[in-house]
Amino acid sequence: MVEGWAAAMPANAWNWIAVWRRNYLAWKKIAIAAILGNLADPLIYLFALGFGLGIMVGPVDGASYIAFLAAGMVAASAMTSATFETIYAAFGRMHSQRSWEAILCTQLTLGDIILGELAWAATKAFLAGTAIMIVASILGYTAWPSALYALPVVVLTGFAFASLAMVVMALAPSYDYFIFYQTLVLTPMLFLGGAVFPVSHLPSAFQQVGRFLPLAHAVDLLRPALLGRPGESVGLHIGALCVYTVLPFFLSAALLRRRLMP
Amino acid sequence: MSNIAIDLTGVSKSYDDKVVVDGLSFTVAAGECFGLLGPNGAGKSTITRMLLGMAPPDAGKITVLGMPVPARARLARGRIGVVPQFDNLEHAFTVRENLLVFGRYFGMSRSEIEAAIPTLLEFARLESKADARVNTLSGGMKRRLTLARALINDPQLLVLDEPTTGLDPHARHLIWERLRLLLARGKTIILTTHFMEEAERLCDRLCVLDGGRIIAEGRPHALIEEQIGCPVLEIYGGNPRELRALINPYAERIEVSGETVFCYATDPEQVRVQLRGRADLRVLQRPPNLEDVFLRLTGRDMEN
Repeated sequence: MVEGWAAAMPANAWNWIAVWRRNYLAWKKIAIAAILGNLADPLIYLFALGFGLGIMVGPVDGASYIAFLAAGMVAASAMTSATFETIYAAFGRMHSQRSWEAILCTQLTLGDIILGELAWAATKAFLAGTAIMIVASILGYTAWPSALYALPVVVLTGFAFASLAMVVMALAPSYDYFIFYQTLVLTPMLFLGGAVFPVSHLPSAFQQVGRFLPLAHAVDLLRPALLGRPGESVGLHIGALCVYTVLPFFLSAALLRRRLMP
Repeated sequence: MSNIAIDLTGVSKSYDDKVVVDGLSFTVAAGECFGLLGPNGAGKSTITRMLLGMAPPDAGKITVLGMPVPARARLARGRIGVVPQFDNLEHAFTVRENLLVFGRYFGMSRSEIEAAIPTLLEFARLESKADARVNTLSGGMKRRLTLARALINDPQLLVLDEPTTGLDPHARHLIWERLRLLLARGKTIILTTHFMEEAERLCDRLCVLDGGRIIAEGRPHALIEEQIGCPVLEIYGGNPRELRALINPYAERIEVSGETVFCYATDPEQVRVQLRGRADLRVLQRPPNLEDVFLRLTGRDMEN
């Protein structure tokens, strides 16, 4: 049993870099399309909701609605880009492209591959989140330099959602199952996690659920940073995101070992 | 370093109560080409996966290049090159990028990999394709690239799972020629195949597998001589039962597979005399091969 676990865990602290670099090389070939694709969706939401809805709702929590929404969109874009990179791209590399199968014949372990994929998905989340932050900053909706605190949070958010998506991916027989994760988990999380409107507007039962969601922890860290306000319970939120990263990592490693190395 | 490259003792593996490998034992000497021959589902691919530490055995002991597997499989894999059954090259990458990315998986630095690439491209006869994307290559070129990729870490042992399945005869012969070159350089090869000609041409020794067990083991020609030892007449057309009755007195043994009658006769001329004037039959006389060995041992041909 110990032997089996060794195969599912990273062999050392640097093997994962080879996997990250493989993905980086593939991404570089389609970088412009990838960046535009990543950016378009959250920016459309930011402007459509920010300007359209912002006129009607007025200031929220003492900020303009679009400034309030900016942090939510940064968190949401980190969530979706890390998730999609994992459930679609990484799943493809494991399933149809057989890239993982090739890597498993080398000096890398399954754990190295998973870690490399998580790091890559977190990188994609960082790119997507920062891009929106830059646009929001140029338009004057973020506070500097406190917005810089948001950068490591975006990375951590990316890791947490990539790790969760890795579990989903490990269990999914085919692409068709991912739609359930998107519609039943990610979309409700967008609203319950306080990305689009303050959770205090929700019935208290929903508020209680919302508090535990990883997106809520990300938003609670990002919004004060982007609005230039002091953060609350920073340690708790960081700790929660770390738990959402580490536990699913081990779970996905166990599930993938069963799936790929039976 | 011992001269035993692979040693399996009493290895078993089941999936969902279905026994895939059943108490298997064999030894492969360093520098040898060893074949695992058998129909689909005989357990060949499972054995190669177990050698690489990608499937833990339920029972038995596996040693590869002196290292216990799966316990130290990662270390062993550092000295193994693998050509998998299904193409898993990076199709969006160029030939050179495929080698570069793969070299990194063995912890090689860029300069080490760059230094190895020209020799590998030459070996695979892909010098002119270095910067071509994999999805523009022919099937034979892709296989040769997979072989070159398997050599990036300068392995002692090559594990080849159906290395020429799906290739046309020309591409297949080119791969065989490359593999013989590797054997001449002292590499050890273990290959799985359901392709008799491949096994006969390349393997020093082989074992014939059926249902996860070894049903025969030895040198290809010795096996053929020992199990068959006489010419074969393949008879197509006609009613197999009627034919069997007709030629039975003159044959050592008769096997029927599908609509073909295989007649093993030390004096095939006598059988031919019986069939003279039968315009409905086509008769082909040939030397015995491993296909006949398999048919004899299992009563089935490889494809069924």
